[in-house]
Amino acid sequence: MNLIYLVFAMALVTYIPRMLPMVLLQNVHLPIYVKQFMKLIPYAALGALIFPGILTSTGANHMEPAIVGCSMAILLAWLETNLIIVVVGGISGALVMNVFFL
Amino acid sequence: MNQVSEKENFFQGVKAAMPIAVGYIPIAIAFGLLSKSVGIPSYVSFSMSLLIYAGASQFIGINLIVLGASWWEIVVTTFILNLRHFLMTATLSQKLEKRASRKWRMLLSFGITDETFSVSSFQSQEILPRYFSLGLNTMAFVAWNVGTWLGLFCASGLPDTVKSSMGIALYVMFIGLLIPQVKKSKSALVVSILAIIINSLSSWLSLGGTGWGIIIATIFSAAIGAKFFTREESE
Repeated sequence: MNLIYLVFAMALVTYIPRMLPMVLLQNVHLPIYVKQFMKLIPYAALGALIFPGILTSTGANHMEPAIVGCSMAILLAWLETNLIIVVVGGISGALVMNVFFL
Repeated sequence: MNQVSEKENFFQGVKAAMPIAVGYIPIAIAFGLLSKSVGIPSYVSFSMSLLIYAGASQFIGINLIVLGASWWEIVVTTFILNLRHFLMTATLSQKLEKRASRKWRMLLSFGITDETFSVSSFQSQEILPRYFSLGLNTMAFVAWNVGTWLGLFCASGLPDTVKSSMGIALYVMFIGLLIPQVKKSKSALVVSILAIIINSLSSWLSLGGTGWGIIIATIFSAAIGAKFFTREESE
């Protein structure tokens, strides 16, 4: 069978978790604990999304470029430079190390 | 007057999406390249970026297709991987301005990814204008799809060092979003460290797949944080 039907099925199960809470929770009044829980979700999600995934982001066999890129990004973010500079700086850090290690 | 501010909101959203675009284009190029190199037809990869629009799901989908997994396995894996967006949209549903109608919400929710969610969460204004979200989502979506095309048709000549260095792009964007927040708030710091610990344990001890690890780490650390930090945030 054609792969395009698989793409449709994947699109559907991707869209549903995105859409349902957005539409259903529109007029719901939530208790304070739940509100607080939701306020903390972004920090929790970011922590989990960053680590340990970042360690293998520049290739599974050598972590040096990822560690240097990560340190570079932490430094730039700590100095509160523009987000684009953090991204470009992180990639550059990884690239410099990759040139040495690959 | 109202018209002007809607237009302004839209372009503020587009501007806020620039770091996302910088992160998306290389990853999408990598996606295009990878899917082409393993022999997936270009129209399939392109429609994945157009209709699924979720990086991790697309990469894992390609992987599973190549491994010869069944449709059932691929669809269930995709679903589990995307359950974390359930938490994200639930959170954003509270921040989005009330006059955003059901149709608006159905449209805007398509554009919610880890990255657009994070950028909208840390917007300084308490209420999220719908035209801001529209601008943010549109710009990010365009970058993802343009990157896919570049990967499919132009990028095979890139050196390996450049290709593998780009894998870090989205992670460093997350770092750029998170660090200024944890400098300001103790609850943010504690909750994100907690999430890192839980996710690392689940990943290193191989408890369940990547999708579940992120969901469990997010729920537990936010729940513990909410229990201990209710007072700080309500001030």
